[in-house]
Amino acid sequence: MQYDVIVIGAGVIGTMITRELSKLDMKLVLVEKCGDVAMGSSKANSAIVHAGFDAENGSLKAKLNVQGASIMEYYCNKLAVPYKNIGSLVVAYSDEEMKTLEVLLDRGIKNGVPDMEIIGQEKLREMEPHISDEALGALWAPTAGIVSPYELTIAAAENAVMNGAEIRRNSGVNGIEYKDGMFSVSTETGVIEAKYVINCAGVFSDKVANMIGDTSFKIIPRKGEYYLLDKTECRLVNHVLFPCPSKMGKGILVTPTAHGNVLLGPTATDLDFDSKLNVETTASGLDEIKASVRKVIPQITTRNAITSFAGLRAHRVDGECDFIIEPSKANDRFINVAGIESPGLTAAPAIARYVGEMFKEMAPGYEKKVEFISTRPAPIKMAELSAEERAEIVKKDPRYGRIICRCEGITEGEIIDAIKAPCGARDIDAVKRRTRAGMGRCQGGFCGSKVLEILARELDIPMNEVTKYGNGSKILFDKTK
Amino acid sequence: MLKYDLVVIGGGPAGMAAALRARECGVQKIIILERAATLGGILEQCIHTGFGLHYFGEELSGPEYAYRFIEELKKTDIEVKVDTMVTDILSDNVVVATNNTDGILQIQATAIILAMGCRERPRGALDMPGSRAAGVMTAGTAQKYVNIDGYMPGKKIVILGSGDIGLIMARRMTLEGAKVEMVCELMPYSGGLTRNIVQCLDDLGIPLKLSCTVVKTHGLERLEGVTIANVDEYRRPIPGTEQYVECDTLLLSVGLIPENELTRMAGIEIDPITNGAIVDEYRQTSRPGIFACGNVLQVHDLVDYVTQESQIAGEGAAKYILSKKEANNADNTIRVKAESGVRYVVPQNINRSTDKDVKIYFRVADVYKDTSVVVTCGDEVIYKRKKRKLAPGEMENVAIKLDDIAKLSGNELTVKLEV
Repeated sequence: MQYDVIVIGAGVIGTMITRELSKLDMKLVLVEKCGDVAMGSSKANSAIVHAGFDAENGSLKAKLNVQGASIMEYYCNKLAVPYKNIGSLVVAYSDEEMKTLEVLLDRGIKNGVPDMEIIGQEKLREMEPHISDEALGALWAPTAGIVSPYELTIAAAENAVMNGAEIRRNSGVNGIEYKDGMFSVSTETGVIEAKYVINCAGVFSDKVANMIGDTSFKIIPRKGEYYLLDKTECRLVNHVLFPCPSKMGKGILVTPTAHGNVLLGPTATDLDFDSKLNVETTASGLDEIKASVRKVIPQITTRNAITSFAGLRAHRVDGECDFIIEPSKANDRFINVAGIESPGLTAAPAIARYVGEMFKEMAPGYEKKVEFISTRPAPIKMAELSAEERAEIVKKDPRYGRIICRCEGITEGEIIDAIKAPCGARDIDAVKRRTRAGMGRCQGGFCGSKVLEILARELDIPMNEVTKYGNGSKILFDKTK
Repeated sequence: MLKYDLVVIGGGPAGMAAALRARECGVQKIIILERAATLGGILEQCIHTGFGLHYFGEELSGPEYAYRFIEELKKTDIEVKVDTMVTDILSDNVVVATNNTDGILQIQATAIILAMGCRERPRGALDMPGSRAAGVMTAGTAQKYVNIDGYMPGKKIVILGSGDIGLIMARRMTLEGAKVEMVCELMPYSGGLTRNIVQCLDDLGIPLKLSCTVVKTHGLERLEGVTIANVDEYRRPIPGTEQYVECDTLLLSVGLIPENELTRMAGIEIDPITNGAIVDEYRQTSRPGIFACGNVLQVHDLVDYVTQESQIAGEGAAKYILSKKEANNADNTIRVKAESGVRYVVPQNINRSTDKDVKIYFRVADVYKDTSVVVTCGDEVIYKRKKRKLAPGEMENVAIKLDDIAKLSGNELTVKLEV
């Protein structure tokens, strides 16, 4: 198969770039090694829209962060993705940390972050009534927010498919050859060719670059572990709460999520090159979170934890720390989009635009699609509708009246929508990310088996071929005796 | 809006028994709302025997036990709506539900009985580090896959938690050809019934490892093994005792949580120990006209006791509906408290002017031998009886006579253990 562009990696960066390129009239494919989009860092991160005061002045990171924060809401509206502009607070616990806030404020102003302010203890307590008595003040950044990162990724993928892009899942890239102006990319599902390649392979982006002889950067996985708490805990925190940053990152935060849960984390542990699939949680990591968040909000406990999980940051270890977004020195038709750790999610919409412009300069011949559809239709979410609206929908399609996931109130109709969507769900976790079925406090104890049944029925496969998250993650073995 | 005298939420053993008793007591218009496709609740997947020994005096399977009540219901004009999920209880006892034929239902009820049952504690609620591979599931989910869907969820099994569902599944998986390596129990004793330990583990040679837990799960896609470790008296893993056990499945039987989402939404007071509503001797909650029974009120060991408790709630609801009984007068309430060795009591409140003997159900906090169960009111001992053995896995009860209740000098009864 021949394409104009192959995008490698269906995280938030790869899907947002694919969506951006689907504005152009060309043959476009996104390849992904996993069974779904958003299977790497994009599904396991802090889900924060950062205001932009952390990145070094003048860096690409700083520029794309501030831009990203300012256009995130626009994109979330277009793509029907949960987003809340709740603002963030960097909390200081000592006079020294209060001085750090000044540094952050100054850096933020230079980066172009609007409306920041250092607030005192009283104002802080007013905004966060449950905060520790030890907290002296905070840096308030009203442009920060929270977003559902996997839903942004899924929505971008769906919208790209609506605009003619192809997505090939379960298609890990094994090798790339370049001859006569054409890349030949061998994947798990066959060889595909294209004139241009965009490398958005996250923690694997150095390995993919190596395939064309580009060894200019190195990525290690920096693991972050998290707790997700029950919605009952959301009364304890109103904004994104950071401690003062250290050289390992922004520290362990306490934040509401876009769905009304509370997220605690991440830790930061550097793993070696061979551990790019290691998303195991650890006893020490989980203990660190527990100890750390008690200092922020003493009342918080993990007794009401729904789950814990870990994600990997694509961390550069080649002496630099900025995003790499440029044509490779080894081949100028191959764009690296690499080293996208925090604030990568925030910057994603800005990165997509930036790469879009870069591509147009590199390959000026492609026309704009006149029929480009910029919005993704909002999925039906029964739990968010009024009784009248729900009654109306059930009258038209009774499957929206059958609740499958009790905890989150998700109906059979919504699950079928997720399966039938462009780039639809193929496994249980994919249904969960699209609908929230199994995302609640029973963690799929009741609905897991029903979702499995619906997947088997809709995909017309035997029940024991349904997986948790693709590949070998099957749930059921043979039939009973 | 529809109008019913009694709306029963949940058509498992609790809901069915409560509805039937309310009918016997003369309540006219009754409806049961059940979220599953059939009546019977969790009994439908409990195909083993051991149900009904106390209530029917015979040994039945779960579906057989449920069938007897389903048949009784058929003889009445009690209405049943299955595949119907209650989403809210509004003020003035209006129940909101949804299903695929009526869309949204609003029912004005005179009284409501909560009988939603319980759910299993999932992996996420445990601090269990490791990978997120497939093959870690609750014992009840595995039970559904095996007994209802007819598929094996694994071949080489480790079970964490020796609750009754875990024990039952150890036997069930073995009979279906799987190898159950062991059952690990965090506590120094099992939380399951003795008869289940004997019949499901001992008889099949499955080891029960006490004071032992899973400290890590391994495997990228499907589970490949677990690391187990012994725990100290504070339930913390002891370094150096770790051991790798190869398995493709980890079944969790680590506790049941009453499903009180609706109860909380309705603003009903919850007991932090039982995680169920605080109730009086007729199982009336803090909201007049709303009653609770079965595993949504407290987790039971035996369905027979669920039935008995639900009949009490059915009777209570009937009294409320037929006499429009006023809310309990706080001055008239005797509080029942759990102390030294007793974890909780149900009911938590008794009306001094009650019209019957009252059984107080409770669980103990540890394993005790040759210990007395004592009920006191101030300095006065109302009840005292020596027990050879008490264990957290077995629900106990003491009966307080109507005459004794009327004569009580104080407003507080205390249930405790004395060596």
